[in-house]
Amino acid sequence: MSKFRKSNAKETPAVSTASLPDIVFMLLFFFMVTTTMREVTLKVRTTLPSATELSKLEKKSLVSYIYVGPPQKQYTKMFGTEPRIQLNDVFAKVSDIPDFILAERAARDEAEIPFMVTSLKVDEFTKMQIVGEIKTELRKAAALHINYSSRKPIAKN
Amino acid sequence: MRKTPEIPSASMADIAFMLLIFFLVATTMDVDSGLERVLPQMPPEVQEDTPPIKERNVFSVLLDQYDRLMVEGEIIRVEDLRAKAKEFMTNPRNLETLPETKATEIPLIGNFEVTKGVISLRNDHGTQYGTYISVQNELVAAVNELRDEFASAKFGKTYANCTNEQREAIREAIPSRISEAEPKMVGGKK
Repeated sequence: MSKFRKSNAKETPAVSTASLPDIVFMLLFFFMVTTTMREVTLKVRTTLPSATELSKLEKKSLVSYIYVGPPQKQYTKMFGTEPRIQLNDVFAKVSDIPDFILAERAARDEAEIPFMVTSLKVDEFTKMQIVGEIKTELRKAAALHINYSSRKPIAKN
Repeated sequence: MRKTPEIPSASMADIAFMLLIFFLVATTMDVDSGLERVLPQMPPEVQEDTPPIKERNVFSVLLDQYDRLMVEGEIIRVEDLRAKAKEFMTNPRNLETLPETKATEIPLIGNFEVTKGVISLRNDHGTQYGTYISVQNELVAAVNELRDEFASAKFGKTYANCTNEQREAIREAIPSRISEAEPKMVGGKK
């Protein structure tokens, strides 16, 4: 009789935590795959303007970035506080842009070149003069597809 | 019967959590988005004579160095720009001052009075980039809203939900013609 009686029948069995690491690993891999580490160190401060009619940049590998803004604190002694252009990891002049575009093109497949987009990450308080010059250079280099990088506005009540 | 003791795997979760938190903190979920625009091609050296655009077909938007916005000769606020641009693009009352329309045969839609209006945006060298973007945004928003309204009237769904052919037809019916003039000093000296 007592042979068939379950011992500790009243106690609820503990939830198995054996699968917990698997779940966490799954999350971990998800985040590792979806997030992108920043490739360049920003030397300029860019507070992006806000806009509502945003379209996403689909293929990250086809995007080249141009940063414009006042230099970060540690560079102000050398470069002043006026907005400057940053290409890749260095400060640049407007006249460097065609070379930059050509280098970006050379790094891509020939078939992908027509789909390349230039993303302008420009600080909100920059004057339009520098942006206008960049646009002229881009037009000369025939990199016509651009994207004015901006962020979603914070919802107002 | 004695069980062989297992290696405790309880701490495995903690280790994985630590890694997870590290990646959560270290990486930025940067969804890059922005206003998409296509720049005009560089004009050829020898310019052909293009037929002049009639005054009524041009919606002139000027931005000066103090970030003031002037539309069709009056100073307005950025908030009012969208409604103005929409009125210009549709010309609902067929006014003489607003752009002409041209009847065009469009697949899926049929005969439609397509506006001949062009939005011309000109900014000053001293204009702030943020203001410029908000103006661009309003103009793009005006076109997008018109397309959405048109899509729901014709196809009963939003523009984003339309098929590619439908979208193409809508784009033809409501073109987005925003031209950017070369910046000029607009009022005042620097």
